[in-house]
Amino acid sequence: MSEQLKVPTMAEYMAEGKQPEVLFWVGCAGSFDDRAKKITKAFVKLLHKAKVDFAVLGAEESCTGDPAKRAGNEFLFQMQAVTNIEVLNAYEVKTIVTACPHCFNTIKNEYPSLGGNYKVVHHTQFLKDLLNDGRITIEGGKFKGKRITFHDPCYLGRANNVYEAPRDLIKKLDAELIEMKSCKSRGLCCGAGGAQMFKDAEPGNKEVNILRTEQALETQPEIIAAGCPFCNTMMTDGVKNKEKEDNIAVMDIAELIANAQDL
Amino acid sequence: MEYLPQILFAIVLVLGIGYFARNIQKLIRNIKLGRAVDASDNKSQRWANMARIALGQSKMVKRPIAGFLHVIVYVGFIIINIEVLEIIIDGLAGTHRIGLEVLPVSVYGFLIGAFEILALLVLVSVIVFLVRRNILKLKRFMANELKGWPKDDANIILYFEVVLMCLFLIMNATDVSFQQLNSGNIISQFIAPWFEGFSENTLHTIERTAWWLHIVGILVFLNYLYFSKHLHILLAFPNTYFGRVIPQGQFNNLDAVTKEVMLMMDPNADPFAAPAEGAEVEEDPEKFGASDVMDLNQIQLLGAYTCTECGRCTDECPANKTGKKLSPRKIMMDTRDRIEEVGKNIDANNGEFKDDGKQLLNDYTTPEELWACTTCNACVEACPVSINPLSIIMDMRRYLVMEQSAAPTELNNMMTNVENNGAPWPYNQMDRLNWAKEN
Repeated sequence: MSEQLKVPTMAEYMAEGKQPEVLFWVGCAGSFDDRAKKITKAFVKLLHKAKVDFAVLGAEESCTGDPAKRAGNEFLFQMQAVTNIEVLNAYEVKTIVTACPHCFNTIKNEYPSLGGNYKVVHHTQFLKDLLNDGRITIEGGKFKGKRITFHDPCYLGRANNVYEAPRDLIKKLDAELIEMKSCKSRGLCCGAGGAQMFKDAEPGNKEVNILRTEQALETQPEIIAAGCPFCNTMMTDGVKNKEKEDNIAVMDIAELIANAQDL
Repeated sequence: MEYLPQILFAIVLVLGIGYFARNIQKLIRNIKLGRAVDASDNKSQRWANMARIALGQSKMVKRPIAGFLHVIVYVGFIIINIEVLEIIIDGLAGTHRIGLEVLPVSVYGFLIGAFEILALLVLVSVIVFLVRRNILKLKRFMANELKGWPKDDANIILYFEVVLMCLFLIMNATDVSFQQLNSGNIISQFIAPWFEGFSENTLHTIERTAWWLHIVGILVFLNYLYFSKHLHILLAFPNTYFGRVIPQGQFNNLDAVTKEVMLMMDPNADPFAAPAEGAEVEEDPEKFGASDVMDLNQIQLLGAYTCTECGRCTDECPANKTGKKLSPRKIMMDTRDRIEEVGKNIDANNGEFKDDGKQLLNDYTTPEELWACTTCNACVEACPVSINPLSIIMDMRRYLVMEQSAAPTELNNMMTNVENNGAPWPYNQMDRLNWAKEN
């Protein structure tokens, strides 16, 4: 396990005069947040396993501008967007996969009118496609029969109507998928969106992530599955707050699949 | 003297419809105070949305109990209004139940019978609604923003419907010739016995009174709409047409900002260059975001008038659920209250808006409410008539940040980080790939 992951960059591909099949947009959380880095690595292992020809931007990647835009700073957002689009277009990127629904939404929906047109997929959609094409197989293994509930990230679900890809993957693990009372289009936010991740909440009687964790706990899960690094943080904090971290794991879909294969 | 009722009827009708038309003009004028917005795209999708969401009530039934009762009242309202057509013709022509003269008795009876059944169902549904609001006191009807007029408004609408339905049934029950026909009196035949023992003259008077009160009531109700949340019965249709046809996650990119950003990124641009000869003199730079209703767009203002304060948005809002001040419903109510205030200001000042020292931001909606939003779109998803409170929240945040630099300190820190090192946290952009080297 100690061997270093091979993560090629676009610059390296360019130097060899090649074009990868897909660009993996890692995102700020996936690059810097200790918890999210594990998701990034799990996803990279799956990409290798499926022999996907991929590259990252590495130090040429910058924040998509999502938190700035949702905070109201359209200037900063567009500066970030235009800079990123210049880089992406220079590398003639066609397809982007990302494990962050915020990056996914922003690049997919808000970059086109600024000159950035790419096919953008969330990593759960990408994994589902790999599965359908027979490039990876998913075995239940250690997750067989486990009670797993899936927390819909707002920017994947409501924002972009992606509800089934993550669920299909969980079902492939032979796990028991249990839905929370409010799920899919009525799923409750984890509390991180709209730049809330970076500030304290306004006065109220509860934190949003605690409420959402309570809803998740009602399903008596062994695992709370997430598809977003920010949701993951919020739910992990919620589970810790309820002192359930010894019994309930909060895991990204990519981690579940990678773990099932002992990657 | 023979024509007096007809003349009177015509006058009432003209006054009722005329005053309503005048208020609708005012409504359109107020909406046009907002920024113009191009919604000429996706026509077929928009018509389909209107058919499905407004006409088909597809989002109402997401909450089955309220949805089902609402469908009854909605269908009842539309179908019973066919009867109004007969009332108007009778009133103007001095006839009595003209339908019987043009339709076979069985068809007429079928129609009136259907209206009577619907009237009873509407009556029951409306009573359940009253119970939900006033006895069961459902949480979403007890919120702060509903105290006072909004609560009264909701009850007045329901009382009105009770009265109108009762009048319709009484009118039929006391119509001796209609009862003798024994076709279509499917409900009113059970009410007719209550009036046994009354002389034919008295019955006729009751019938006429109910008839007159019914039509006058409808006209009063029509005119009440403009002052009430009940406007949704009309505006739900345009609002679902103009509702969003792009993914909910897609927030608009401000063109005014794009212009500036492109200029900044263009190495050949000279910001101090004199305008080219003959170029149009630039207007005042466009305001970024919204601090008042005139900065919002016309679809947002239409949404404010469409909102019927059902509170499904607020009920789903994560901030509101956890006790924060933010309520998407209040955002829409604030917007409507302010645009009405602006409209009245214009009326009072010969068609010109005189600065009243107030605006939507701060005087109605506070920054505390705006900053509690997680932009999760739950409110947008929940709205049964495609209103988008989130877009108004975002436009006011934009004003706070770009015009006033009034973001919470932590957000300023986050934005400084994004600006300086391309991430919301203080990590160096050059370290972005370090994770690959860590085990």
